[in-house]
Amino acid sequence: MAHEGPPVDTDHLARLYRQMFLIRRCEEEAARAYAMGKIGGFLHLYIGQEAVGVGALAALESKDHVVTTYRDHGIALAKGMTARAMMAELFGKETGCSKGLGGSMHMFDAANGMHGGYGIIGGHIPLAAGIAFASKYKEDGGVTLCFFGDGAVPIAGFHEGIGLAALWKLPIVFICENNEYSMGTPLSRTLPTSEVANYARGYGIPSDRFVAEDVLEVERRIGEAVKLAREANIPTLVEVKTYRFRGHSMSDPGKYRTPEEVEARKQRDPLFRARTQLELHWDMARLDALEASVEEEVADAVKFADESPEPTAELLAPTTYDGPFAS
Amino acid sequence: MSRTLRYREALREAMIEEMERDPNVFLMGEEVGHYQGAYKVTEGILEKFGEKRVIDTPIAEGGFAGLGIGAAMVGLRPIVEFMTWNFSAVAFDQILNNAAKVRQMSGGQYTCPIVFRGPNASARQVGSQHSHAMEHFYTHVPGLKVIAPAFAADAKGLMKTAIRDNNPVLVMESETLYNTKGEVPDDQGPIPFGVANVVRTGKDVTIVAYSRMTHVALEAAEKLAKLGVSAEVIDLRTLRPLDEDTIVASVKKTHRCVTVHEGWPYGGVGAEISDRVQRLAFDYLDAPILRVASLDVPMPYNAKLEQQCMPQPERVVDTVLRVVHRG
Repeated sequence: MAHEGPPVDTDHLARLYRQMFLIRRCEEEAARAYAMGKIGGFLHLYIGQEAVGVGALAALESKDHVVTTYRDHGIALAKGMTARAMMAELFGKETGCSKGLGGSMHMFDAANGMHGGYGIIGGHIPLAAGIAFASKYKEDGGVTLCFFGDGAVPIAGFHEGIGLAALWKLPIVFICENNEYSMGTPLSRTLPTSEVANYARGYGIPSDRFVAEDVLEVERRIGEAVKLAREANIPTLVEVKTYRFRGHSMSDPGKYRTPEEVEARKQRDPLFRARTQLELHWDMARLDALEASVEEEVADAVKFADESPEPTAELLAPTTYDGPFAS
Repeated sequence: MSRTLRYREALREAMIEEMERDPNVFLMGEEVGHYQGAYKVTEGILEKFGEKRVIDTPIAEGGFAGLGIGAAMVGLRPIVEFMTWNFSAVAFDQILNNAAKVRQMSGGQYTCPIVFRGPNASARQVGSQHSHAMEHFYTHVPGLKVIAPAFAADAKGLMKTAIRDNNPVLVMESETLYNTKGEVPDDQGPIPFGVANVVRTGKDVTIVAYSRMTHVALEAAEKLAKLGVSAEVIDLRTLRPLDEDTIVASVKKTHRCVTVHEGWPYGGVGAEISDRVQRLAFDYLDAPILRVASLDVPMPYNAKLEQQCMPQPERVVDTVLRVVHRG
């Protein structure tokens, strides 16, 4: 693939590729562990969407904040959570990011500004606006990224969260990861418009809309919205077209999509695209070493998660209330 | 030294003093600023603290409740006014799924120091959708604290505690109490949660109440005295945590217990108290514990029917006579 445009910072591209590859491999191993019964409940994989989270978070500074929906493992890793903490959480272990109390849908890493994955569609969107509100109140220059799926667009939280952020000019970027399906229902049957970005007009805020095929392009486009948020307190609604290669969750055979459709999308896998870009600049040995380091990190994370202790009941009361229990 | 204050003035003083004490405390809600508060609880606060800290919201309870929760997660201390608690129903998801749970599902990484406040239960002829006693829904939820002061001094002291608490605290006020006057010590400080007041001593029966029903219970106790029945009245002040020690100590003395609250009889605070008393003082009871609640129907508009649905002193007297004439 011929490289076009400005020269690529290959070290930077390699960092992003490494993150995407780490997420892909963590998710694949999570799926395997799920099949082995080591992970329970729901498991929503980010496979296919990695370029969105990795590209978007590359546009942030470390002091910035992120909030997302229940498809949150990839975002958590991209915001700096260790593979160990992420995998141990999936395994329900005390060493997990949320001490094994949150699980797949509730990845939190306060120190890294990863303020959670949330399981109620749209409920986290006003909450994200509140984190942006706090940045403006404290004048700390922080920006919040709020991710959600196209399935969140019809619910009140989307409209109230964006409405308040627009009204009060909060430093936030709303990122709709439009993977075309609200669980098993295509967008054409859930929204009266084919473009989520159209909703920005009613709230008087700018919007952007693009396909997440190139992680650097995602970084650049989200970066523009982040700049607007940071410098002018103008929120943006960004619709990022993406695709998940797996079902909605592990229990979803995905019969609402044809194998041909899924295969066609896999042919345009942003992960491979990033690798191909990198191949133009790096020799194979270097790439192999990078990928081997990821394999090592993932294997270590799985082993760590497997061998870690379970949380005990002593954790329950102090994590329910700060201070004395109220009963 | 003390002053005579109205209940609404006591609440207002508490908020002003806490806002002066801590710049991270801010007030948000419908009509709290320029309009001076739908029930004038927040009168003058905008002029004192300005628009940064006193924020009029649009009618979007789910949105601004969620926004407050997000702000609380990253260090602010919001006071969120619901014009009435009835409207919190559309913010129930935020309170239940985010405010109450974020600490636990993050493995204890966050505190959520937020106050939700507003008038609760019946007013006068405001119909079925505006007459809810919402405390019964919220006391069910671990992670929340729920308080319901009956007197001006308690309103001030408990509100100060609520604002300083690191957990979500729900303050159940009452439209029909806002105008009531009470003595408030000049140096009224925070009042600890989980401590009930015996507001009238007696030996024949324990009547447990809170909020406006404390006044109804006291009126009933007067009538009962004329009938030769000596009633002890406990004003709970806080519902979660619940001061079961004070209730149990009283029942061990009187051997009879009647609870009085607004809201429907199925489940609820009265049922909770009944459970605790039978568990903790079974051998001391000389009669079944009876509950005086609103009738088990949506609140009618008609004035006479409304009065009939609400707990009245007469119904409390009748209920008490049923337990004292037994055993």
